[in-house]
Amino acid sequence: MLSYIVKRVLGVIPVLLCVSILVFGFLRLIPGDPALIMLGERATQENINRVREQLGLNKPLYEQYLTFLGNALRGDLGRSVLRQEPVTQEVLRRFPATIELALAAMLVALVIGIPAGVISAVRRGSVFDAGSMLIALTGVSMPIFWLGLMLIYFFSVTLHVLPTGGRLTAGTQFTPITNLLVLDTLLRGDIPLFFQTLRHLALPALALGTIPMAIIARMTRSSMLEVLSQDYIRTAHAKGLKESLVVTRHALRNAWLPIITVVGLQVGRLLSGAILTETVFSWPGIGRWLVDAIYARDYPIVQGVTLFIALIFVGVNVSVDILYALVDPRIRFE
Amino acid sequence: MSNVVTPTAGSASAGTLSRPPRSLWRDAWRRLIANQLARLGMAITLFFLLLAIAIPAVFPYNAKIDSDLVNQLLPPALDHPMGTDEQGRDVMNRIAQGARASLGVGVSSVLIAIVIGSLLGLVSGFLGKRVDLAVMFAMDVMLSFPGLLLAIAVVALMGPGLRNSLLAITIVSIPVYARIARSTVLSVKQLEYINAARAVGAPGARILFRHILPNSLSPILVQGTLGIASAILEIAALGFLGLGQQPPFPEWGAMLADSVKYLTSGAWWVLLFPGLAIMLTVLGFNLLGDGLRDALDPRLRAD
Repeated sequence: MLSYIVKRVLGVIPVLLCVSILVFGFLRLIPGDPALIMLGERATQENINRVREQLGLNKPLYEQYLTFLGNALRGDLGRSVLRQEPVTQEVLRRFPATIELALAAMLVALVIGIPAGVISAVRRGSVFDAGSMLIALTGVSMPIFWLGLMLIYFFSVTLHVLPTGGRLTAGTQFTPITNLLVLDTLLRGDIPLFFQTLRHLALPALALGTIPMAIIARMTRSSMLEVLSQDYIRTAHAKGLKESLVVTRHALRNAWLPIITVVGLQVGRLLSGAILTETVFSWPGIGRWLVDAIYARDYPIVQGVTLFIALIFVGVNVSVDILYALVDPRIRFE
Repeated sequence: MSNVVTPTAGSASAGTLSRPPRSLWRDAWRRLIANQLARLGMAITLFFLLLAIAIPAVFPYNAKIDSDLVNQLLPPALDHPMGTDEQGRDVMNRIAQGARASLGVGVSSVLIAIVIGSLLGLVSGFLGKRVDLAVMFAMDVMLSFPGLLLAIAVVALMGPGLRNSLLAITIVSIPVYARIARSTVLSVKQLEYINAARAVGAPGARILFRHILPNSLSPILVQGTLGIASAILEIAALGFLGLGQQPPFPEWGAMLADSVKYLTSGAWWVLLFPGLAIMLTVLGFNLLGDGLRDALDPRLRAD
């Protein structure tokens, strides 16, 4: 097992090196002078020189890359061109907001998706089955930013029951600890504020969670159907076990592997989706920051966030692979 | 693919036992049209494809005569069944015109990605060794970015616009087809009929395209149909972020971005209809793709 883990982790290093070359090349591939493009036509020569200096544009390419890589390895992703903020610190400050949103979305997806899939499989052909599969099919076909806007229109604009965006009501005074606000408000024992963060989280989490929910429900259903047709399920029924026991103990346990697989695959979708959801709900995470940086042509931020997301994505994928190998020994020996 | 060997009509009972020969594709087609959901998907996709081809051909889009500032943000009524937007433009007309951007980019990006991706996959699986390592490594690097992020990065780099979005979505879709094509090659490469073809001296390219490629057609067809669905979602997302089709030309995602400003003023129609158009089109391609999968490989049927 250990050798599998080592092999898998080492195998990622060349891929990440190439990813870093791509992200580095990103800025250099822009036609024209990057400093001029970022600062606009009316920039002063002094500012242009400063940005050229900052980006190291006056050095040979390989030297620029080595500096970029060396800095990135030390956790330095450069500085924003416009506000001069260090990118790494800003990414780390904003990332908890994105994690909070993604975790909440995944929670929504699992809590609704798995039971819906299990019930659909057990009551196959019922109205519940047809209904939930129809919802699932519509769910995977929906642009999530549209779903988000519709949720805002319905719950915030029409019914006035939930906020339109942000993590806290504007003007709220709160000093975060981990910047996972749901957790922080609890740690500080501020219960009203805790419910406020939950109310702010509800709509974005639902919007971001819908597609994974639909995919998980469909996969749970088909995986359960396959298991339910096995002989040992019939045996379990035959020896008079309660239906609920057969479903949870005998069937669901053996249906997990494909479900874990799709759950793992949803991480990339959540990261991509967060870019859109954060934009719709003014959620101050890294996705929205990336979009704002693209509009402002603040390319060091774009580079930093892209590299950061790719790192997280690759890291999660490798962890999921290792998790399968732990769950299913056949994978290790392939 | 050509017909399977016909059972010889020699014996007396042949007339009742044998059926006329059917090819793989005709068989699949019969299964496809027997499937209600697949028929629905086909109807939806055909409708939007026709819209995308016919509307711009019959009524070419003209931004100058489109806006009508007297009739801003009118709710749905008889002369504007889906209402008008902030510039008094008929929402239904813009949705019909916008079909071209979504479907055009969706279909063509997938087609280009299929050609490039499956060529890469076929060649790397067939040649193996270093070529295979290099190609698959490149695909791994591309798959290190979540799809939409890579597309956004490409467009941010190349500049916003429909053509660059097409390029971005194509690049993002290539690895999927490369992997499918490669895995088919690997699964049939060692089979006897390939050895037989080699033994009679068929050149590599002929073996690859004539004997191996057809095996990957059905998984690629299924994945391609589903791929159009996700490409349409991606083009809408890029449009929504302002990186896709630029104004004044209509595109569904960009229409939704415009509608955000009127969210609080109760103009629900500028929000509802473009989104419905995206959802229906994507649903259509998803249904058709699922149907194709069931039809082409009945063993994979979910239930």
